[in-house]
Amino acid sequence: MNWEPVIGLEIHIHLKTRTKMFCRCEVAYFEPENTRTCPVCLAYPGSLPVPNATAVEWTIKLGLALDCEIAEHAVFHRKNYFYPDNPKGYQISQYDEPLCVNGRLALPGPDGDAEIGIVRAHLEEDAAKNVHVGGAEGRIGGATATLVDFNRAGTPLVEIVTQPDLRSADQARRFLQLLRQTVVELGISDAEMQKGSLRFDVNVSVRPEGSDELRTRTELKNLNSFAFAAKAIQREVERQVAVYGSGGEVVQETLHFDPGAESAPPLRSKEEAQDYRYFPEPDLVPLEPPRELVGRILEGLPESPATRIRRLAAGLDHDLAEDLVTSGRDRLYERVPGDRRAVANVLMNQFAAAGVDPEAANPEELGRLIEARSRIPREKLTEALAASGDPGFSAEQYLGDGLVADTAELEPIVERIIEANPGQVEAYRGGKEGLLGFFVGQVMKETQGKADPRVVNELLRQKLS
Amino acid sequence: MIDTLRLTAEEAMGLLERREVSAAELHRAYLDAIGERDSELHAYLRTVEEPEGKGVPIAFKDLISTRGVETTAGSKILSGYLPVYDATVATRCKAAGMSLLGKTNMDEFAMGSSTENSAFGPTRNPWDLERVPGGSSGGSAAAVAAGLAPWALGSDTGGSVKQPASLCGIVGLRPTYGTVSRYGIVAFASSLDQIGPMTKTVRDNALLYRILAGRDPEDTTTVELPNPVEIPEREDLKGIRVGVPRELNEAEGIEPGVKEIAQRTIELCRELGAEVGETSLPRSVDYGLACYYLIAPSEASSNLARYDGVRYGLRVNGSNVREMYDRTRDAGFGDEPKRRIMLGTYALSAGYYEAYYGQAQKVRTVIADEHAAAFENFDVLVSPTSPTVAFKLGEKAENPLAMYLSDVLTIPSNIAGLPGLSIPCGLSDGLPVGFQLIGPQFSENTLFHVGHALERAIGFDFVPGRLK
Repeated sequence: MNWEPVIGLEIHIHLKTRTKMFCRCEVAYFEPENTRTCPVCLAYPGSLPVPNATAVEWTIKLGLALDCEIAEHAVFHRKNYFYPDNPKGYQISQYDEPLCVNGRLALPGPDGDAEIGIVRAHLEEDAAKNVHVGGAEGRIGGATATLVDFNRAGTPLVEIVTQPDLRSADQARRFLQLLRQTVVELGISDAEMQKGSLRFDVNVSVRPEGSDELRTRTELKNLNSFAFAAKAIQREVERQVAVYGSGGEVVQETLHFDPGAESAPPLRSKEEAQDYRYFPEPDLVPLEPPRELVGRILEGLPESPATRIRRLAAGLDHDLAEDLVTSGRDRLYERVPGDRRAVANVLMNQFAAAGVDPEAANPEELGRLIEARSRIPREKLTEALAASGDPGFSAEQYLGDGLVADTAELEPIVERIIEANPGQVEAYRGGKEGLLGFFVGQVMKETQGKADPRVVNELLRQKLS
Repeated sequence: MIDTLRLTAEEAMGLLERREVSAAELHRAYLDAIGERDSELHAYLRTVEEPEGKGVPIAFKDLISTRGVETTAGSKILSGYLPVYDATVATRCKAAGMSLLGKTNMDEFAMGSSTENSAFGPTRNPWDLERVPGGSSGGSAAAVAAGLAPWALGSDTGGSVKQPASLCGIVGLRPTYGTVSRYGIVAFASSLDQIGPMTKTVRDNALLYRILAGRDPEDTTTVELPNPVEIPEREDLKGIRVGVPRELNEAEGIEPGVKEIAQRTIELCRELGAEVGETSLPRSVDYGLACYYLIAPSEASSNLARYDGVRYGLRVNGSNVREMYDRTRDAGFGDEPKRRIMLGTYALSAGYYEAYYGQAQKVRTVIADEHAAAFENFDVLVSPTSPTVAFKLGEKAENPLAMYLSDVLTIPSNIAGLPGLSIPCGLSDGLPVGFQLIGPQFSENTLFHVGHALERAIGFDFVPGRLK
């Protein structure tokens, strides 16, 4: 039997608003502990939440980018549970009346688009951070104390839930990359996994191909990169297939990966049905986004990454087009003149490795560099690309610098090489034209690679003919 | 010599304006009265020695956050808690020049109708020390009645301003939900809690409400008043249509003495020129209490979850975080909060939500609609505030249901978010009886007008007999 993976994602994105979701504290990463707090985010008695209007607008923006319906009446709910990182004893979240519902993201693929349904995108607040001390680093087991850093408490989070529409680990990875790029381009989040501003959980099940049943799923947590997620999903799919293959049943459970040790097998835990006692947050009035605001946000949406992948893929490999867009280099690509494939390859390889901000690079100069790349020594090219984002960067110096193109200077050297190798000269003249490379090599050696290969070629052909 | 027993806030303002006394002298006079009489009453949990403002001093129920002044909500779990910020109502009072006299006793987390649920011991009624002052704002009511504050703030969730005002013979307003900020008020039931002024006269009440009311950007459930607050002057009720809801006036458990005085007051409305007619709120009264005892505990169970020993207040350590929570909450909460946390947790649980909390919210709409229908024909609805006069300490302490019935007449309009004013309308067996005036949303000016006219006509002496 052939098995088909059924994969759904739950993605959390930190909005990069200036202030927190329900108070005026600054949103800041890596600041000294508990320096971005106030009575609201510390849940002092009597404090009340006031929603961040920018966070609401940005969630609508994301919802529209994901083709969601924007609710005319959205409600914040309280999700009740006890934990030290949850200062109020409840998280303000959304439950059955979220801001954005029923959307989709068309994921371009080599064989056309796959439409991935978006169940909902809702706004909520993040928890504080528990820091376990006294035991193994950061682990609760063996810790002698837990300290709580409330800087993160109450920072705005958007939770996006997809339909279980993804059909392979690789598709899930590509979806995450596209979604990430969409969010970054909307300007609402850094969406950086290292910073924790993008986190996701994956639900995985398998079913016989052709069936539309939904079998027991497992949840994969703490995946710290897209590539690792793809590997972990693939492994989990294979495991489930093997379980069914041997007549077993998949058990509903959560697989907790160790972000510090990718190869470690995940810890498994039973999924407990926790009762969060959701009820409408009585401290907040419902959100009723005015339609003209929604209209204005819709009009201001930038061209989507998916659209650009489709456009670029018309003239390039799909994968290259996708890489250019999801790495944020496609706009530069479109402005750099020259051979399309060559430009795309340099941008995705040497240029990417140089770590230059694509926004800062000068496309014309980059084009000259790429065109001349075969004539530029490797180290020089690396140096040139690394500098290509500097203000006032010019390719000129790298094109000319060190390359001796002066015939008068090269001629004596060429003659000397010819004199010193009478055997090879005879062979060349006898028809072994492949020996030209040998002579070029000798000249290069003599000039320590500084001779212009075009001039050297020309001179050699003249003198040897 | 300042006679704090008689002095109204308005008169105190006059004294200050005419420079007959200084703010410091006024503050001192009340502290002296507290020193003299509060040992037997226990209206205050703590007092503030130095006046901050240049105006009339005020007392706050101990759930109003006051920066640097301990705020316990009557609970051990908050003992020692010093707020780092002022509640908006405290800021507004301060801006109006008032200085804080002290923080008054209350039922723990405002859960109760007698102030016996305070973790710091009960308050006694200035009219009879054997009796309760009502609750949960019993400390504020007793302080005003006994001349230990010219005026005070209480909070009203199910009747916690109106009922103690009634039992102590003073004036208490529960404002329209959303007109007074809850920012900085230790929350009990967020969708019902409102801060209300407790005063000797209706005019004092309007003066204080004018300072408190209005939109607060820190509380998104607040709104701007549609009309400015008017200080009442008219002494007739011409053109006012007074509705007498049958169920609120004939409910089981209304003492004959209370009923009689309330009837007499209704008669007085007619004499003052009002049109008086009968009306009915059958479902509001039948279902009000049940609805309230689902919504309020549900919200409370969530609001009280923050008292976990992690950040402030009491902490009792344990070997792990669960044990710390359990021990802290067990030691910190009294029986009534525990009872309501359990009730509320149950009502919100999966599988019960629709039958309890969800259903109660629907009933709430029915009750609001029923009141709205009555206000098509009437400007105010009237009834006794409490079915009984002040009861004896301990009389209902062991019987939560009997205690809950104390609020049966105040709860329905609270659930509908409507304003209610309680004014003293006479004595039954030497104890004050309160008269409740209920109006549509934002009708405080009408309530003040009617209350003031009745007050003048009744001529009730707010000084407790035993203190004269």
